[in-house]
Amino acid sequence: MEVNEQIAVDHGLKKEEYKKICNLLKRVPNLTELGIFSAMWNEHCSYKSSRLHLKKLPTSGKKVIQGPGENAGVIDIEDGDAIVFKIESHNHPSFIEPYQGAATGVGGIMRDVFTMGARPIANLNSIHFGSSQHKKTKNLLRGVVHGIGGYGNCMGVPTIAGQTSFDSSYNGNILVNAMTLGLVKKNKIFYSKAAGLNKPVIYVGSKTGRDGIHGASMASASFDEKIEEKKPTVQVGDPFTEKLLLEACLELMAGDSIIAIQDMGAAGLTSSSIEMASKGNLGIELNLNKVPCRESKMTPYEIMLSESQERMLIVLENGKEDIAKKIFDKWDLDFAVIGKTTNSKNIELFYDEKQVASIPINTLVENSPMYDRKWKKTKLPKKNLIKKEEFKKFKIKEVLNKILSNPNVCSKEWIWQQYDHTVMGDTIQKPGGDSGVVRVHGTNKAVAATVDSSAIYCWAHPLTGGKQVVCESWRNLISVGATPIAITNCLNFGSPEKEENMGEFVECVQGIGEACEYLKFPVVSGNVSFYNQTKEIGIKPTPSIGGVGLIKDYKQMITMDFKEINNLVLIIGKTEGHIDQSLFARNILNEKNGPPPEINLFNEKNNGETVLQLIKGNLVRSAHDVSIGGIITAVSKMCIKGNIGIEFYKPKYFMSEIEYLFSEDQGRYVIEIEPKNLKKVESILNKNSVHFDKFGKITDKNMIINGKTKVTIDELKAYNTYWLSNYMN
Amino acid sequence: MKSAVITFPGSNCDRDMHVALNKFGFKNKMVWHNDNELPKSDLVVLPGGFSYGDYLRCGSMASKSKIMQSVINFAKSGGLVMGICNGFQILVESGLVPGILLRNKYLEFICKNVFVKIDNKDNPYFKNLDKEVFELHIAHNEGNYFCTNDQLKEIEDNNQVAIYYCNDNGKTEEKFNPNGSLKNIAGIFNKEKNVLGMMPHPERMIDQSLSGEDGSLFFKNLINNIK
Repeated sequence: MEVNEQIAVDHGLKKEEYKKICNLLKRVPNLTELGIFSAMWNEHCSYKSSRLHLKKLPTSGKKVIQGPGENAGVIDIEDGDAIVFKIESHNHPSFIEPYQGAATGVGGIMRDVFTMGARPIANLNSIHFGSSQHKKTKNLLRGVVHGIGGYGNCMGVPTIAGQTSFDSSYNGNILVNAMTLGLVKKNKIFYSKAAGLNKPVIYVGSKTGRDGIHGASMASASFDEKIEEKKPTVQVGDPFTEKLLLEACLELMAGDSIIAIQDMGAAGLTSSSIEMASKGNLGIELNLNKVPCRESKMTPYEIMLSESQERMLIVLENGKEDIAKKIFDKWDLDFAVIGKTTNSKNIELFYDEKQVASIPINTLVENSPMYDRKWKKTKLPKKNLIKKEEFKKFKIKEVLNKILSNPNVCSKEWIWQQYDHTVMGDTIQKPGGDSGVVRVHGTNKAVAATVDSSAIYCWAHPLTGGKQVVCESWRNLISVGATPIAITNCLNFGSPEKEENMGEFVECVQGIGEACEYLKFPVVSGNVSFYNQTKEIGIKPTPSIGGVGLIKDYKQMITMDFKEINNLVLIIGKTEGHIDQSLFARNILNEKNGPPPEINLFNEKNNGETVLQLIKGNLVRSAHDVSIGGIITAVSKMCIKGNIGIEFYKPKYFMSEIEYLFSEDQGRYVIEIEPKNLKKVESILNKNSVHFDKFGKITDKNMIINGKTKVTIDELKAYNTYWLSNYMN
Repeated sequence: MKSAVITFPGSNCDRDMHVALNKFGFKNKMVWHNDNELPKSDLVVLPGGFSYGDYLRCGSMASKSKIMQSVINFAKSGGLVMGICNGFQILVESGLVPGILLRNKYLEFICKNVFVKIDNKDNPYFKNLDKEVFELHIAHNEGNYFCTNDQLKEIEDNNQVAIYYCNDNGKTEEKFNPNGSLKNIAGIFNKEKNVLGMMPHPERMIDQSLSGEDGSLFFKNLINNIK
């Protein structure tokens, strides 16, 4: 087929991009070459709209071993150990085919982690669906949960935490973000940079099939009513093969055979071979007849663009082929020497002894387009003036029932019970807490991880929302007693070609950057997912932040369940009564406008570090951050989990009970302390100038509010527990 | 005491079982599915996981793997063979214990703590256990035990039911059945009671920082019985 502009446009390239290709090559590309350009230059692989802004994120720090640019980020957790982690989106495939889309999302991110030599030790996910009333939501949720479980459970990696939300902006474009943490020895980390000439290039794993061809291009386009036709672009996962691949790779990595290794993820063989060569400033030559194929007569075009799963590309040391082959044979995996590194600085493909493509690698990588897209700033919305009398008409108990049973607050046990969260025998905090926590096998250390997003706040004011979500991650780590180290981010947005959506992106990234910088909580890996929209309607901006922290002595880990009658409960951080954009405002007052709660980074850091100091001093029995739904929601969950009550009074502030209990001011925690430690705790809080309220006392089986409203623990449980399971069954 | 844990392609609780056995005093060896011979052992364990990806039927392909002939011979000669979760499925598929394991009643994977009742103590596994109700952990998609009426009669006549799902008081009613198993059966013996298949994972409950510690009681008792 003769390539022309129309064919390039059909590949998702812009006309001017096609012109640029012809200029760079000084000729018209053939179809295989065009396919390769379209795969490398799409948004998903090239970050062409986001690169300029991502550069501004803080990515280094004392604990950072590897920042963005590798398969995953790496942080130091001392004693020669390191944690490799990353989050990635699989949104578009999951909407088209929820089971396979979600499953391969989980498979892909685990591969990114074990490619670096790390054994995956924990999975997390952040999943977002349309309104619970929308006709597709239930099936999509079921499919995604089954897919995540189907893959992660089979791999034998525990899924330890996650986040699920419902919002009508995801009706036509759900989000599935999967995150994996792996454990590796600092001196055994593997990278994707090839080195040396004439080194054998090895293909291992599954055979290449026709599935997922142009998956990355699909992921870089908007949806329309013809979406069903895109089903063949969704990859099909096989977790069994991936489990074998994991064990085989780790076995090979124990030796010294590997120079570079890269998994075949988006854009398959194309991006993996080009990335390795590009990083090593080398050329690469592949003989496509040698690629193990599932079907006969696959064309070079199909082989290069297939996104079949569970495959790896490795550059080996010369003479190590037999050692490697023996290991992959043992695990019943395909193994083939398919090419070698060269000094041509080109990617050269051969098929049936003919050269079928030859492209200078720098044209695909360094010369890929980069856009400074137009974007629009979002003004801070005006505060709503809600009359104080308004609040008086509400009965707290009724409001509490509505809030605790809200789909975005209710228990997600129906979901996480379907994920194996205890395999590997080191899960010491399971889903449903502030962070999931796993021990570092055989040591006294533990790693905490959380994934968070706050699309409502980001939508109302992206700059504030971006900061908020980083702070929430930080708080969730501190609440379990972990010292926050670094984050990974998955940036889910609408079309970068629309100024509003691009503006949301730019300002969220700015907010994320400011918070990370201030909190010394750098970004070490991430992924951008644009075009999350159906027709013209974009999703609410949804950056998902995956935070990781370290607990040096796992016996000091904190959980949120209230522990003991007569213990005291303090609220750390100041409550100003910010109701705008709270769950209360949106769902009870039906007020969707107004600014999100303000972020004060000084207080955030100071409050968080002080809570951590109290925890490390063994002064805290339970802790939970205050987030969506306000103080009373946080406290209710602590009661439910501890199966124990609380009696509390609103401090004498100039605000109504409703404002005090349901407002969503930031930087706050609820902590439980023993009465004998009160003086000590107060003196530390005062010394650090941390605002706190003496809030209440733990009692038997009831929540008693201001001496008048009584809610039993069973009532709290009934409000919070059943919405999701009733909805799904 | 020597034990052996078999690793099949797709096993994923093999390490956990290895850790647990060693913790309670066994000298454990990992054995590859493609080996012909078992090392000299007092106990052989088929661990949990997804052997052969659960393709065809859970446990069916593993039951035909090379090492299984030795395991079957070992069991027939009276050796102790224990299958946990996927290991139970392999035991069923290889005919070492009766019945089959269907998909869970609500067609969903279940990972949670459950209570189980162990009152059948005339066997090397549970002899000397001084309580009846245990809190153990399950994590499976196909744990719904089923057998024919004739088989059930034989199983009950021979006192082969090893473990029942129950509540914290040991009541074995249907509502405490997590997966639809016939008669709340969570584990079963062969006729001679040297082979035990069970869905719960005692190896995940071996220290107080995990979901619970009742698994420790199980292992401590087991090694004392074997000594």
